[in-house]
Amino acid sequence: MIDILMKNLPIIVVLCPLMMSLLVVLIPNIFFSWALTTLSTFLTFLFSILLYQEIQIHSHISYALGKWMPPIGIEYIIDKVAIIPIIIISGISFLATIFAYKIMPEEIEKKSISKVYSLWLLAIAGLLGLVTTGDAFNLFVFLEISSLASVALVAMGAHKDKQALVAAYNYLIIGAVGATLYVIGVGLLYGVTGTLNMEDLTNRITDLKSNRALIAGFGFMIVGIMVKAAVFPLHIWLPRAYAYAPSAVSVLLAATATKASLYILARILFSIFENSENLINNTLLFVILPLSLLAMFAGTIMAIYEKDIKRLLAHSSVAQIGYITLAFAIGTKASIAAGFIHMFNHAIIKGGLFIAITTISFYIKRRVTINNLSGLGREMPITFFCFVLCSLSLAGLPLTAGFISKLYLIKASISSDGIWLAILILISSALSVVYLWKIIEVMWMREGKKIVKKENPTIYISLIIITFLNIYFGLDASLVVNGSFEAADKLIGDL
Amino acid sequence: MISSTIGIWNYWIVFCLMMIGLFLVIGRKNFLKKIVGLAIFQTSVFLLYITFGKIKGGTPPILNESIDTIYSNPLPHVLILTAIVVGVATTALGLSLVLRINSEYGSIEEDDVSSQDLLDYHDDIETGKNLGLKFKK
Repeated sequence: MIDILMKNLPIIVVLCPLMMSLLVVLIPNIFFSWALTTLSTFLTFLFSILLYQEIQIHSHISYALGKWMPPIGIEYIIDKVAIIPIIIISGISFLATIFAYKIMPEEIEKKSISKVYSLWLLAIAGLLGLVTTGDAFNLFVFLEISSLASVALVAMGAHKDKQALVAAYNYLIIGAVGATLYVIGVGLLYGVTGTLNMEDLTNRITDLKSNRALIAGFGFMIVGIMVKAAVFPLHIWLPRAYAYAPSAVSVLLAATATKASLYILARILFSIFENSENLINNTLLFVILPLSLLAMFAGTIMAIYEKDIKRLLAHSSVAQIGYITLAFAIGTKASIAAGFIHMFNHAIIKGGLFIAITTISFYIKRRVTINNLSGLGREMPITFFCFVLCSLSLAGLPLTAGFISKLYLIKASISSDGIWLAILILISSALSVVYLWKIIEVMWMREGKKIVKKENPTIYISLIIITFLNIYFGLDASLVVNGSFEAADKLIGDL
Repeated sequence: MISSTIGIWNYWIVFCLMMIGLFLVIGRKNFLKKIVGLAIFQTSVFLLYITFGKIKGGTPPILNESIDTIYSNPLPHVLILTAIVVGVATTALGLSLVLRINSEYGSIEEDDVSSQDLLDYHDDIETGKNLGLKFKK
């Protein structure tokens, strides 16, 4: 029994939430549907931990789906790179599910809650499938599973605010165009290589160095994935979708959704096309690098002028995604490792911030804008303490997780002769203090009306855990740093 | 020159459909028309894949006795079956969203909807009124 489980672990991680989502939809009771969702996300998290231990021994697991051997059958690949997003997605979704119990009934009609949990699991399954699969077309299917489920989840926010519908609609249209572009790219690659398996693609691409269809296919794939990852000019769907989604959904999406796509981006750039050095170097230098720099500043400046806190955090996400893609664009081993470190840290930082904001809106019963935050700092000390810690982590102060990622990012950019990059990163981080301080000032320094009676400890579990993680990985980051360096090592080899 | 241009007319059709679809998605302000554009855009990709699969003189990929049969590639067809399912799901979700937008806003024109949104947004931020009053308790 245990043996079968261990052998099939790569697919079980995906199947667990997928199958449970079919079960959850049948349960009308709010508590039981939540309990089952929690159970399945917990199991998924457990399986990914097992997978992590397995990876430490074998370092590369290839799983042939349905015993059809690759390259003909669909292959699931788990290696030291893929395990990072798997841990992020399963861990954060577990925390978000615990947190959702109190929040969901507040914002969504009672009768549709079990359906929401079903979609919730479906989105998680899609994201996990996205990172485990080693087949380019299978990836498209998971991309669509996750994005259709998250569009429906965003649209559930319409019970509270009708703008959620338009946000979901834009997310759907832009996301579908992105996914279709990705399919065009895969089609062109299939046309010239005759294979869909990623490892096989890598080998066959080597022989076709400057084939035009290959370059066109690469372009389509990259743009399609960049839409999903919300890289700067293609990010317009993100702020609205995060701002108007039900709060619990915002937590889940902000912390996990773009991470999976960023991982795919890294996979395409450094793994599938690893032998077309010219193409990749030009793409990194002339496309990804300028866009990341623009994202860092545009996202931060948009956030400074924003008054709605959820939107503000979404804009700041755009800037943070900019840091991650910037790390990829520098293209050395150290910088790619820094990208993965920041991917992990950003997930726990943004998860924490969104949870804190949601907790506030749970108490003040309205949208959280800069005006109605005043004075709440003294009334809800636990929430605001966690919020401030996560904010410091986002700005990159020492002893927090955010500092570690900024440190490695700056170190990597200096060691690859990019002092000016390091300076730009520092300026952008300094600007991010502006919008964070704006919030902190309002909630601590101003007088407010007494609204909140007393804080309810049950909804703080996730918030406290995630804040603790922010501090823990700031003090002892060896786990994340080692994992990321191994991943970077695996991705670009000896380059 | 001409023969090579006409010889790949399938690709020209794919190209035209793709551009028509993309234009509808970007250029139209009507939510319903955008969905139609998206469907056309996706269909053009289906055609692209099917064209890849065809081999000159190839038969349908059904195993037969003779040795020198050239088969067309069946894989793209299978992939497109999957992609069609995804496309139908996307269109269905999009149409249901348009339905909900119509019942909430009374319009499916982007300009109407976004002007209503903008009004709401500014009201909320400046006055602090009406903020999330639809919260249930």
